[in-house]
Amino acid sequence: MAQKKIPYQKIAVTAFAWAVGMAIFFPILWTFLTGFKTEAVAIASPPVFFNFEWTLENYDAVFERADYFRFFMNSVIISVGSTVLGLLIAIPAAWAMAFVPGKQTKNILMWMLSTKMLPPVGVLVPIYLLFRDFGMLDTRFGLLFVLTLINLPIIVWMLYTYFREIPVEILEAARMDGAPLLNEVVHILTPMALPGIASTLLLNIILAWNEAFWTINLTTVDAAPLTAFIASFSSPEGLFYAKLSAASTMAIAPILIMGWFCQKQLVRGLTFGAVK
Amino acid sequence: MATDHSRITARFMISPAVFLLLGWMIVPLSMTIYFSFLNYNLLSPGLEEWIGLTNYEFFLTDPAFFEALANTLQLVLGVLFLTVCGGVGLAVLLDQPMWGQGIVRILVIAPFFIMPTVSALVWKNMFMNPVNGLFAHLAKGLGLEAFDFFGQAPLLSITFIVAWQWLPFATLIFLTALQSLDKEQIEAAKMDGARKFNRFYHIVLPHLSRAITVVILILTIFLLSIFAEILVTTNGGPGYASTNITYLVYAQSLLQFDVGGGSAGGIVAVVLANIVAVFLMRMIGKNLEN
Amino acid sequence: MKRITQIFCAAAVVSLASGAAFAQSLTIATVNNGDMIRMQKLTSDFTEKNPGIELNWVTLEENVLRQRVTTDIATKGGQYDIMTIGTYEVPIWAREGWLVSLDDLPASYDIDDLLPAIRGGLSVDGSLYAAPFYGESSMVMYRTDLMEKAGLTMPDAPTWDFIREAAKAMTDKDNEVYGVCLRGKAGWGENAAFITAMSNSFGARWFDLDWNPQFDGNAWKETLNFYLEMMEESGPPGASSNGFNENLALFQTGKCGMWIDATVAASFVTNPNDSQVHDRVGFALAPDKGLGKRGNWLWAWSLAIPAGSQKVEAAKKFINWATSKDYLALVASKEGWANVPPGTRTSLYENPEYAKVPFAQMTLDSINSADPTNPAVDPVPYVGIQFVAIPEFQGIATAVGQQFSAALAGQISADVALKNAQDLTERAMKKAGYIK
Repeated sequence: MAQKKIPYQKIAVTAFAWAVGMAIFFPILWTFLTGFKTEAVAIASPPVFFNFEWTLENYDAVFERADYFRFFMNSVIISVGSTVLGLLIAIPAAWAMAFVPGKQTKNILMWMLSTKMLPPVGVLVPIYLLFRDFGMLDTRFGLLFVLTLINLPIIVWMLYTYFREIPVEILEAARMDGAPLLNEVVHILTPMALPGIASTLLLNIILAWNEAFWTINLTTVDAAPLTAFIASFSSPEGLFYAKLSAASTMAIAPILIMGWFCQKQLVRGLTFGAVK
Repeated sequence: MATDHSRITARFMISPAVFLLLGWMIVPLSMTIYFSFLNYNLLSPGLEEWIGLTNYEFFLTDPAFFEALANTLQLVLGVLFLTVCGGVGLAVLLDQPMWGQGIVRILVIAPFFIMPTVSALVWKNMFMNPVNGLFAHLAKGLGLEAFDFFGQAPLLSITFIVAWQWLPFATLIFLTALQSLDKEQIEAAKMDGARKFNRFYHIVLPHLSRAITVVILILTIFLLSIFAEILVTTNGGPGYASTNITYLVYAQSLLQFDVGGGSAGGIVAVVLANIVAVFLMRMIGKNLEN
Repeated sequence: MKRITQIFCAAAVVSLASGAAFAQSLTIATVNNGDMIRMQKLTSDFTEKNPGIELNWVTLEENVLRQRVTTDIATKGGQYDIMTIGTYEVPIWAREGWLVSLDDLPASYDIDDLLPAIRGGLSVDGSLYAAPFYGESSMVMYRTDLMEKAGLTMPDAPTWDFIREAAKAMTDKDNEVYGVCLRGKAGWGENAAFITAMSNSFGARWFDLDWNPQFDGNAWKETLNFYLEMMEESGPPGASSNGFNENLALFQTGKCGMWIDATVAASFVTNPNDSQVHDRVGFALAPDKGLGKRGNWLWAWSLAIPAGSQKVEAAKKFINWATSKDYLALVASKEGWANVPPGTRTSLYENPEYAKVPFAQMTLDSINSADPTNPAVDPVPYVGIQFVAIPEFQGIATAVGQQFSAALAGQISADVALKNAQDLTERAMKKAGYIK
């Protein structure tokens, strides 16, 4: 048998997949590169790819204008905080729905999801008034609160679908053995549920990091995250492609890098009940 | 199976989530409903008075309303079509044996991490700008005239940008689903001499149907309230060509500061969203039952 | 609204307690325009002179900024100590009692030095409610080299017909030179501002004395057709998404023959660091149609203090610093006279150093020729040149701007755009109670 057959198909698939992958990734790469160009080079025709004089002047300009680390810290605190808070509320709920389903479970779940369909712009003024009266404008707490509620339905839904795939038989076997509830949770459920929880955590950090309506409208200085940072670079006077690119790179790099490092964990639980 | 005791515990565990969401829904919603019956403009305070259904009448008879409704549908369906088809294609591709699969996967999922405002800004300025954008340079290089994306095809351009952002999400879910596909089944089909297309059509696609429903559900939830991409790229124009319901409500309440009219629009949007939700839930419910 | 406040009045105690902690840090909301960014960089001068006052900047894109500050001031959110607003907002907000009067600025501020047209636009009943940071009118900026190449000479006071002819002659689409760049991006502060100012010179007006919209008249038809035809002949591609910033970038990179826009742009297009055509720019008054009005507007970005602010004294100190003669001198010493925020003070235009700046005189002439109280050929019930100073205007004009933008993109005809504009304005004015 001819074992050393040239794998034509694999070569073709590889080439095609790489081409598609590069095409999808290209806008991000281009943004990254443009951040290191001068404004004039950034709009040069024909466009320049790598052989330009790399400069850090755009990053200097961005740092000079905005306190990047304050925006960055706010983004971290708000996205991680709201996700953790959401998980604390959602895990018991999802667990109960998955393991002790009642007649209304499905309806409750669907109702929760439907709350996500309210257009936020329609309720901005009421929320703004409430925030003003509670002194929550421009506080991290206020944003944590809103983002937790916004993403809660997705968190519950994701966890529910994941928990439901945990075979009930295992739990029952443990119960037969007389294992106490605590043991059941710590030794059996947690290890099986962890991938789902991790994936939910990651997905919601991403969603919260990128949320750009409430984060811009309810903050000014103290709680303003990176979405507000970007808003100050969005359409200034004159040429701005290079500075915009630098600022964009700074706003997306943290979450992109996190996403890449954690992609295995993200993917593992990202089924939403799509896989039996 | 479940005892009364565990039912009570379960209710106790669900209640924080339910009450929080209930509060989040009811408080602003009831304020919005109240405002929608008032003549309430932020810029003319002190003139608020009960005007009954006038706000609804104006919103629903606004010529922009029907265009916005059509645009919303077109946008949601367009993005769904692109992400589902593209996602299935990509997932099948990434499921093939190849070199550097991990890296390709990293490249493909990257757009999902990008802030909608950033991606809209980047596409609008650096790619689709008809003078300095990369596509314009490309067209020039080919001796063609640059295409004015946001002037000539605003809604399609936005559809494309949004689809680029959500494609990775769909791909990932499909990929996970594909990997659970019974390889033996495929092998058996191969043995039977089933051709590639048939294998895809009769085995892979049915296996993915559940994943497709889920993707449609989740995406619809996000797509109904697309806003940042429109605000950054076209401001809903030219004319109303890229105004969706969400944007129309925004224009009412935050450009005209007509809180009454905006609230009426918001309530209309909520009603419409719930109609869509009922449809979706039926569809999903059926598919997820077993 | 009172009711809600009462329901949650307990919460107010909490908010008071948390708000009192930082007495002397000022939060300033401003636009991300070049002159404001320069101000942000120069603030160490202020903080050195005023230890104990700390500045927090919220720099936002114009539309976002406007939406944020308007929501905040109308709901009395109290998020900002100083707001950057324009001549459109000031009279409306001051009448509502939302702004702190600035009549008691120190004598060194020299309030009488402010250009009368600008000061008038920022005053209500003789009291100043916002201090102008920079003022602008609009004028023609053109490429002297291209004009020469076309064999034409730009008069100091051109007509629209000359502009159109010149634009045609300067256009060279193969080399990406477009004779005229005008605003096409929808928005009351973008294309609606430009076309409204233009329409004044064509004898059009927004409303007659009974607040009936006038888009069904001939003057508007003539204005819009002229604009559309000229852009068709000589405008850049994608003009329907070009606002001030986009056109500035086009002009700076040598792609426009003429650009009719804010006078403040003159310093950007003549700045050697940013502009590739800095040594080839000429200036002229905004065009007219022989009816006695020119198509130029009047605007001033200004600093104001929201009523109810706890830090009025500190805020006044900052405003006094940022809009004073000393600030102009400070910028001049660091960046040269050409980069000084223009259009606010008579003394600046009397300064022999500033007179050397090529666009100084033309800017002053443009500002002085604008008359917001009497903007159109026919009498009107409103104040404002490129806007109508009523609260409903920004919403209406943005929607009207969308129609013009659609016409520019070729999606609808001029007649349809005007008919839609007429209908939607009528609806809105009915809803607001101006017409029955």
